[in-house]
Amino acid sequence: MERPTVAGRALKTAALTAIVLAVLYPFGLAVGTSLTGRAESVANGGGYVLLPAHPTLEAYRLILSGGAVTRAVLTSVGITLCGTALSLLCTVFLGYALSRRGMLGGKPILMMVLATFLFTPGMIPTYLMVKELGMLNTYQSVIVPVLVNAFNVVVVRAFFQGLPDELFEAARMDGAGEWRMMWRIAIPLSKAVIAVVGLFYAVGYWNSWFSALLYIDDHDKHPIQLVLRQYIFRGGAAQGTDVAIVRDLPTASVQMAVLVIALVPILLAYPFLQKYFTKGVLTGAIKG
Amino acid sequence: MVVSTAAPAAEVQVGARPQRRTLRDRLKRDWTLLLLCLPGVLYFVVFFYVPLLGNVIAFKDYAPFLGIEGSPWVGLENFVMLLEEPEFWTAVGNTLQITALQLLLYFPAPIALALLLNSLVGNRVKRLVQTVVYLPHFLSWVVVVAMFQQVIGGAGTITTFLAAHDVTIGNLMADPGLFKLMATAQVIWKDTGWGTIIFLAAITAIDVSQYEAAAIDGADWKRRLWHVTLPGIRPVIIMLLILRLGDILSVGFEQMVLQRDAVGAEASEVIDTYIYYHGVINGDWGMSTAAGLMKGLIGAALIYAANKLAHRFGEQGIYR
Repeated sequence: MERPTVAGRALKTAALTAIVLAVLYPFGLAVGTSLTGRAESVANGGGYVLLPAHPTLEAYRLILSGGAVTRAVLTSVGITLCGTALSLLCTVFLGYALSRRGMLGGKPILMMVLATFLFTPGMIPTYLMVKELGMLNTYQSVIVPVLVNAFNVVVVRAFFQGLPDELFEAARMDGAGEWRMMWRIAIPLSKAVIAVVGLFYAVGYWNSWFSALLYIDDHDKHPIQLVLRQYIFRGGAAQGTDVAIVRDLPTASVQMAVLVIALVPILLAYPFLQKYFTKGVLTGAIKG
Repeated sequence: MVVSTAAPAAEVQVGARPQRRTLRDRLKRDWTLLLLCLPGVLYFVVFFYVPLLGNVIAFKDYAPFLGIEGSPWVGLENFVMLLEEPEFWTAVGNTLQITALQLLLYFPAPIALALLLNSLVGNRVKRLVQTVVYLPHFLSWVVVVAMFQQVIGGAGTITTFLAAHDVTIGNLMADPGLFKLMATAQVIWKDTGWGTIIFLAAITAIDVSQYEAAAIDGADWKRRLWHVTLPGIRPVIIMLLILRLGDILSVGFEQMVLQRDAVGAEASEVIDTYIYYHGVINGDWGMSTAAGLMKGLIGAALIYAANKLAHRFGEQGIYR
C-alpha cells in the first residue's frame, strides 16, 4: 500500500496532539491549582494555575486535618471496599452457578437476570423499597440497591463457560462438589476477569454520589464525591468544621485539592483497569 | 435407617439416564448451585422485580402513611395530570433536544476517533493515545463537570485568557441557552475514547485480504475507508444505534442535577430529573411514577421497533 502523504501525517499528528491535550490539560490544571498558595492565586485573577511558581501542600494539609473531607474519604474507602467485596461474591456465585450446564432452574434464572437489561423499575419504586427496608440514612443504602450488575454476571458466566470441561470432570471423579470446584478450579483460572469486574464495581462505588444524595440525609455519612460537589457547585464547605479553612485559602486551591483526592484512587487503579478492560468489555459485548 | 436410604440411591444409579432424573434427584444434585444463586436472585427479586410491581402506584393516589396497598386506586388520573403539566413537556422537550444533539455530535465521535487511531502506523503512539483518551470514562460526573468549570467556567483559564485579550465569552457554564451543547460536550470529553474500543475491535476483525484486494484494484485510502472499513463495522454501528434508541429518553441524569443551580430548571430539566424533583423532593409520588413507567415502556417499545427495523434491513440487530 502507498505511504501516507506528508500533509496527511502532519494533519493526523496535529489532531491527535489536540485530543491528547484536551484530555490531559484539565488534569494538569487541577493538580497545579491544588498546589497553589494564596498570594499567587490572588495575583492570578481566575485562581486556576497550571504551573505554580511556589508549589505548596497548604490546601491538602488543611482539608486532611480531620474535617468533613477526611471523614468523607474514609466513608468512601469503606463503602468501596465493602461494596466491591459483596458485589463480587454475589456476581461470581451467580455467574458460576449459571455457567454449569443443566442446573435445575438454570434457564429461568438466566432469563430473570437478562430481563433486567430491557427495563428498569424506575427511581421512585426503588426509593420506596429502600425506605420500606429501613435503609434510609444507612451506608447499606448506597451498596445494596446496586449490588449485582447483570452485565457483569453475563461476563463472568461467559468466562466460566469457556473453561475446559475436562478439568471439572476430573475434579468430580476425585469427589469434589460444586463449591470446591468453584473455589479450586473456576475462580483461580479466571483471576483476570474477576479482577476487571471487581475494578469496575470499585470504580462505580467510589464515583457514586447520587444514591447518597437520594438516600442519606446525614452529612456525616456523605461520601467524598458528594462533599466534592458541595465544595464546587454549592460554593463552600460541606458542613461545620471546614468553613474556616475556605476563608483562609483561595477557594480554587481547596476545591481542586478535594477534586484531586477524589481522583487519586481512580488514577491508581487505572493501569490495572487498562491492562484488562478491553478484554472484559469485549467478551461481554459479544456474548451478551 | 442406613439400609432404607441406600436402597433408593442404588435404584437411581441403575436408571441413571440424565433425562429420567426426577425433580428430587436434581434438587439433591444441584442444591449447592441453587444456594450459590440465592444472594444474586434475592437481589434481583428485591431490587428489580418487586419495585417493578411497585409501579402500580402510578395508578394510585400514593400516600406514604397509607402504604402502597392502603392507597386508593385512581385509574389513569396520574397520567392525565402528568400530560397536562407544562413542566413535564419542558422536560420531554429538553430530553429530546439533548438526545438529538448527542446523536448528531457524540455518536459519530468514537467512530471517527477509532478510524483515526486505526490509521496510525506506529503501535506505540496508538497505545499511548488510547491510554490517555480512555481515562475520562472512569471519572465521576462531579469531577468531569468541575474540570469543565475550571477551563471554560466564569473564572476558567480559557475564559480569563480570552478576557485578557479583549474577547468576552462570559460564563459558558452558566448560560441556559448553551447548556444543552455544553452537556453534549461533556459527554464527548468523557466517553469518546471509551467508545472507540468496540469500533476498534470491529475494525480489527475485518479481513486484511479485503484491503489488499481493494489496494490492488487501485482504491486509495478514501475508497478503502468507504468500501471496506465502514461496511465492515456497519453491524456494530447499527447495534449501538439500536441500544441508543432504547435509551433515547435517558440523558445524563447526574450531569443535569449538578448543573441545575447554574443554568436553572427550565434549561436542564429532563425526564429523569423531573421524576426526582417532583417525586422524591416534592412528594408527587403517583405522578412521577407514572412518568417513569411511561418512559420505561416507550424505551422498551423503541428497542423492539429498532431491532425489527434492523432485521428488515438485513442486519443482525441485538437479538433475534
